[in-house]
Amino acid sequence: MTDHSATKKRDKSRFGLILHLHPRKVRESTLRFTLTFGLGGMAAMLMVIQVITGLLLKFHYEPSPENAYNSILNLQESLLFGKMLRNIHHWSAIAFVWIAFLHMLRVAFTGACRPPRDVTWITGAALLLLVVLSNFTGYLLPWDQLSYWAVTVATSLLSYIPLAGEAIRKLFLGGADVGQATLTNFFNLHTGVIPLLIISLMLWHFWRIRRAGGIIVAEKDKESPMVDTRPHLINREFVVAVTLLAVIFIISSLFDAPLRGRANPAFSPNPAKAPWYFMGLQELLIHFHPLFAVFVLPVTVLAAVVWMPYVKSTDKNQGIWFLSHAGIRAAKMSAITGALCTIIFIAISGILPDPEVLLPGVPPILTTGLVPFLIMAATMWLFMKSLKRRWSLNRPEMIQSVIVLLVVSYAVLTVTGIFFRGEGMNLVWPWNL
Amino acid sequence: MDRRTTDKHAEPAGNRRGFLKRLWQILGIVALAELLWFIISLLRPSKEIHKSRPAETLRVIGSVEDFPAGSVTPDRVNRLYIVREEDGGFMALSLTCPHLGCSVLWNEESRQFDCPCHSSAFDRRGIVLSSPAPRPLDYLPVIIEEGKVKVNTGSITKRKRFEPNQVTYAL
Repeated sequence: MTDHSATKKRDKSRFGLILHLHPRKVRESTLRFTLTFGLGGMAAMLMVIQVITGLLLKFHYEPSPENAYNSILNLQESLLFGKMLRNIHHWSAIAFVWIAFLHMLRVAFTGACRPPRDVTWITGAALLLLVVLSNFTGYLLPWDQLSYWAVTVATSLLSYIPLAGEAIRKLFLGGADVGQATLTNFFNLHTGVIPLLIISLMLWHFWRIRRAGGIIVAEKDKESPMVDTRPHLINREFVVAVTLLAVIFIISSLFDAPLRGRANPAFSPNPAKAPWYFMGLQELLIHFHPLFAVFVLPVTVLAAVVWMPYVKSTDKNQGIWFLSHAGIRAAKMSAITGALCTIIFIAISGILPDPEVLLPGVPPILTTGLVPFLIMAATMWLFMKSLKRRWSLNRPEMIQSVIVLLVVSYAVLTVTGIFFRGEGMNLVWPWNL
Repeated sequence: MDRRTTDKHAEPAGNRRGFLKRLWQILGIVALAELLWFIISLLRPSKEIHKSRPAETLRVIGSVEDFPAGSVTPDRVNRLYIVREEDGGFMALSLTCPHLGCSVLWNEESRQFDCPCHSSAFDRRGIVLSSPAPRPLDYLPVIIEEGKVKVNTGSITKRKRFEPNQVTYAL
């Protein structure tokens, strides 16, 4: 009977639907902010912001090479808060990539990807991919020099996929070059296909979290009491969402989204850079054969992400940041090693002459592809072996160290690409840019 | 209904059910394949609207006298460079870097083409001086008729090395 009246009472709530995403009670220990940093909630909030601002922008945007640029100018100059609207959409999009990525790292570093959270992990990875793809398709829409060349470079990467590369690239572009057909494709992907996919996957993602019994709980907190979702969780989520919104508004009123001159297919700007989240990849492309930079490495990473939840392990360290003391030490060591090795590698390859000069006649697929790849893999393997010997790490700790190493290396590549590459993509100091 | 009474017929019924189930699955896969084929074919045809006919791709770039020996002249509209050899031969090179599609720039001081995106470099004939470009700049066939330099902008040709037949001479 009490159950019945409780249901009745809850039905009066106007936000019943949203509350249904949550269980009625949650474990108190999982409310600790430093366990999750509210990253998943922030990502969901950013999706809401993106849908609303995106729909508003759509009233004023015209997807044609002749008028796209002008419609953006018009939006910014003659519309009340038009510039603000675009700024919010721009900065939220960047925040979305950051937050979604950090969310994924949080899950990895608290060991929360193993069953029953395997499907949550994989849908989450797919969501991150979709967020990046959404960002990238949106990048072309203003049709300025920045977007035109970034998309030209990034879609040319596709043609290095073995066998089907050229066909995939043409399907994306709708022709041989970036043009009207490309804009039509990207506009539809950005404002229709990808958002629908993201929303569907989000629901699946949320449902799987509920099925797994909520956020991961550390072994020592298994006995922590259960508290009501409302107000304990809802209030916290509200604070995080409102704070995030405030930060986005402040940033958007201080900094404008970039807009260069109208796209000119005859002149690449010097230097021509990809969107910031692809800068690490572009930096990699300076050193590596494209086949490895855009195919072998990403496919390896993707396969590893899907395989990660299913690694056999018996440890009980889930729900603890960096799993254990040894885990923390190994992670620090990997971070320092990754940063140093990448910096040294970039510096050396900046000083040494190109492989064509050093070894004329040897095909570039060997000199800039297979050989460096094998050397890199071998060095990493040796480093990991020494780590394992030193702290007798278990499997999850080892995987964690590899992730730290790769993420830090990619971060160094990205920073180098953005701040240390000047005219002709030569190495310069940031203050000389 | 009591299942136990139908035990004797369970096997053939199960087989039939299994067969029908598999048939449905196969039909489902066929339907999915058709849908996929339909979507891909939707993505393609509208993009052919802008395809120009071959006759329109033969463009007059200029007169022979416009290009002094040893010069490199950009034609940004047709996205190519006209290179005149010291001996008077003509070459037309694509402006597009074979690495990732940026437009290469002619550097008069160092006498080479530089790519602003990933710092590839090419010599006057488009041969790679500095990676990451995986092959030389693409070339386009040049025709010289009645003192005019014409280029077939519809046939951009990939190549592995420089060969004398890539150069056209005025008769």
